[in-house]
Order: sequence, then C-alpha cells, then structure tokens
Amino acid sequence: MTELNKNTLISIKNLGFSRGNKHIFDNITLDIPRGKITAIMGPSGTGKTTLLKLIGGQLQPEQGSVTVDQQNVHQLKPSQLYSLRKKMGMLFQSGALLTDLSVFENVAFPLREHSHLSESMIRTLVLMKLHAVGLRGARDLMPSELSGGMARRVALARAIALDPMMIMYDEPFTGQDPISMGVLVHLIKSLNTSLGLTSIIVSHDVQETAEIADLIYVIADGKVIDHGEPNALMNSSSAWVQQFMHGSADGPVHFHYPAPDYHSDLLTT
Amino acid sequence: MLHYFETLGRSTRENFAKLGRATFFLLLTLQGIPDILPRLSLLIKQLYSVGVLSILIISISGLFVGMVLGLQGYYVLSDFGADETLGLMVAASLVRELGPVVSALLFAGRAGSALTAEIGLMKATEQLSGMEMMAVDPVRRIITPRFLAGLMSLPLLAAMFSAIGIMGGHIVGVGMLGVDDGAYWSQMQASIDFYDDILNGVIKSVAFGFVVSWIALFEGYDTLPTSEGVSRATTRTVVNSAFSVLALDFILTALMFGDI
Ligand SMILES: Nc1ncnc2c1ncn2[C@@H]1O[C@H](COP(=O)(O)OP(=O)(O)OP(=O)(O)O)[C@@H](O)[C@H]1O
Ligand SMILES: [Mg+2]
Repeated sequence: MTELNKNTLISIKNLGFSRGNKHIFDNITLDIPRGKITAIMGPSGTGKTTLLKLIGGQLQPEQGSVTVDQQNVHQLKPSQLYSLRKKMGMLFQSGALLTDLSVFENVAFPLREHSHLSESMIRTLVLMKLHAVGLRGARDLMPSELSGGMARRVALARAIALDPMMIMYDEPFTGQDPISMGVLVHLIKSLNTSLGLTSIIVSHDVQETAEIADLIYVIADGKVIDHGEPNALMNSSSAWVQQFMHGSADGPVHFHYPAPDYHSDLLTT
Repeated sequence: MLHYFETLGRSTRENFAKLGRATFFLLLTLQGIPDILPRLSLLIKQLYSVGVLSILIISISGLFVGMVLGLQGYYVLSDFGADETLGLMVAASLVRELGPVVSALLFAGRAGSALTAEIGLMKATEQLSGMEMMAVDPVRRIITPRFLAGLMSLPLLAAMFSAIGIMGGHIVGVGMLGVDDGAYWSQMQASIDFYDDILNGVIKSVAFGFVVSWIALFEGYDTLPTSEGVSRATTRTVVNSAFSVLALDFILTALMFGDI
C-alpha cells in the first residue's frame, strides 16, 4: 500500500509528532489517492487537525515524512513550500476569515495576492464561488456578522478561489442546518468529480462522510486503526471501528481523557 | 533552595529563547520592506490607524505638558529674574526629552497595545495560519507594514507634541504670567541648535518608534493563542515598551549630551 504510484497524491510515512510530553502520532502511515475523497475520522482530540497542519507544512514532524505531489513537504525551501500551498486549499475548523475584510474581499484575497486578474474578472470569480456556497447575497457582510456555519461556507468559497488541486476540509459539516449540510455534501462531491480535485475530509459526521467518501481512515491514540471503503468499515470486524462508526459510548475507544481511576479520584482529599 | 535555582534557570533560559525569537522575527520583518514599495496602500492604511488615530491624544497631552512646563519654569526662572529665557527652557525640555519620551510612552499605550491585541487575536483565530495556507507570508503582509508605519509615525507625533507643547508654554508664560512675547521666541531661536537639540530629539524618537513597534508586534505574534494569552501580551507590550524607552533614553542621552 505504501509504495508510491501515480495514483497517490499524498503519502505519509512513519510520521511521528508530539506536543510537549504528549505523543499525538507515533508511526502513522497512510496514502491519499489522487482524485478521490478520503475521510479521516477519529475521536475528538486525536490530532486530525494536527495531521492537516503537518500535511500543509505548518508543523514540523519529529520523524517520518509527508510527500505531496512527489515533494517532501518538510524539506522544501520556503518559496517552494509557498508555491505548493497555492495548489492546496484548506478549510479551517474555525473558518479563519480575515476579520477586517468583508465576505467579498475575503474570497478575493487569494486572487488579489496571487493573480494579476482585472477587477471585473475578480468580481466574476468571487461571485461564482460565493454562489456555489449559497452566499452570493452575503457578499457585503463582515465576518463578525456571519453565523459559524456561514463563516465556514465563506471559507470554503475562499479555499476554492484559486482552483487548487486538493482541498483539506476540517470539519466542514459542523454547525450546518440540514439544508446547507445537504448542499455542502453535494458541493464537495461535485467539486471533486467536476474539477478532478483530491479531497480530504476530517469529520465526525459519520453518515454524511460515509455517503461521499471513497476511502476512510480511522485514527485513534496516535495510530491508524483501520481503513477501507465506507461499507467495509461499517461492517468492520474490529470492535474499535464498530464503536466509532455506530457511536456507542462503551467500547475500546475511550471517551475520557486519560485520568486516574474515577472512584479513587473522588475519594482523594 | 534547589527549587529556587531551578526556577531561576528556567526563566533565564526562556527569556533568552524569547530574545532569540524576537531577533529572528525582526529580521523577517525587515526583509519584507522591499515588498512594500509596490503596495503602498498597505502602508498608508496602517499609517492612518497607527499614526493619525494617535494625533488627538498626542496633541492634548502635548498642550498640557507645555502648559505645566510654562508654569513651573516661570516660578523657578523668575526667582533669578531670568523669566525671559522661559521660551528656551520650555523648548529645550520638549525637543530634547519630553517630546520623544512622553510621546513614545503614549504611543505604546495607544498604538502599541492596539497592535499587540490585533495581531494576537489574528493568531488566536487562526487568521495568520490561514494566510500561510493561502501561501501569503503573514510577516510580509501584516507585520512589515505595521512596523514601518510605527517607525514613521512616532517621530512625526513627537514633533507635533513638542510644537504644541511650545504653544502651551506660550499660552501660560506669555498669555497668563506676562513674560515678554518677543523674548519667549527670540531666546528660543537663538539658543536651540538644529543638530544638538532638534536632530538628537528626532534620532531618539526614531529609536523609540523602532523599539515600541518591534515589541508590540512581536508580543502579538508570539502570544499564546488564547484570550488570556492576548490580554497578557497586551500588558507586556505597555510595560516592556515603557521600560525600554526610558532605559534607551538614558543611554542615548548619555551618548549625545553627556561626557560619561
Ligand atoms: N497549540 C497546541 N499546543 C499544545 N497542544 C495542542 C495544541 N494544539 C493541539 N494540541 C493538542 O493536540 C491534540 C490534538 O489536537 P487536534 O486539534 O489535532 O485534535 P482534533 O483531532 O482536530 O480534535 P477535534 O476533533 O476536537 O477538532 C489535542 O490533545 C490537543 O490537546
Ligand atoms: Mg480539529
């Protein structure tokens, strides 16, 4: 699985990373196929966002390598890293919109920074992207006037502004009502097929994600627990994966952050 | 006891590490300067929010400081029958010392704290990371224009502070206490030296502008990305800027005027 072939866009080998004393990943290996939708799932706090930041070259791994489009992300010179990033879109969990710019200007930002398009071209492109996420009418609002779900959709419009070769979605479905959720799921799917994008989705929404993902990786405790097609995972023989995919509280994946025994903790004075 | 040394050692090490990060940050900021020229609008926007918005506090403070100088100076000088030199005394104190120093302190409180809070919040809300992922260098795009704006604004604000202060001294000395109008201005003209007084004052305020902007921007950039982190960083900006300005003022004064 790990050998590099043309169908693999991102290949992560033996990746290790820790924050302070806490090992977030030890020895993770996974491949993300080109042109497909790959989902990364796992309990809260396992390091899914961290993994996306490692892929984007914002964090430095302790061991192992991340290869994107045949380039080792952590050995690139800053200028090479920046030109690679122009081809990567990233949708942040928080949206990360620039608070001093309007919705329109936020989406126009990457275009203004990286292209020499005329003002009318920029306007057309921005309105197209905003239309795709259903917020063309919100172009003059400031980010502080948006709801969390709207902000994330604006961030999505911004992430696709430069027509990247891949997009990393960090929790795109959180805070969306059923209608915009449906539209988003559809949008992610259609961006993927029409533009030939490679998509990585980090999400807790098992149903929605399983609906559109071609491949799912389940991560917990710094390891890849299982991977495979959605159907295969739903019927996985592993108790870990069963628990996660069906959302039961009891099972091998711990709901609690590591802590001393509950009863003795309460009785300690 | 051992614990004490441990704490001392750790905080020393952390402070040196921070100094290293600050120096590296300064180099990155300075490297971005050539990129500003083709995008002057970024700088102009910052000159407005850093400089123009500080004019009011600088003018009002300058007026009062000048008026107090006029009053205090008059009482001392008139004891020796030297009240004609009031203009000289007011102008020299302002141009050499109070103009650069007090404006730098006010600037740190007004513009410096705002810069730290702004950058810190941008970091806490992942706007800086977001920019990096859009292949835009946040240091060049956000920090450098603000740094240059601070560097350019403070000398101008200090000049404004001194000029208004001299008028304040005039209002009190000439207008209220009856010092001769001609003497107020002519003593000043005759004795204030362009190089020794004015230029040295300008050099000081350039140095203060450099230091205050550097501290404010670095504290924002280096903050812990939480609301508590940002509020602490803002406080540190004001405190560290004040210390640095006063200490630097002593050093610069000693180099310029003293025979130490
Ligand atoms: N800046 C940081 N400094 C120290 N520890 C951090 C930092 N950011 C994250 N962590 C830790 O790293 C771990 C992984 O965080 P991460 O944000 O990647 O989780 P996640 O899988 O995205 O969770 P969620 O699904 O809740 O978004 C967490 O346990 C968190 O405590
Ligand atoms: Mg996350």
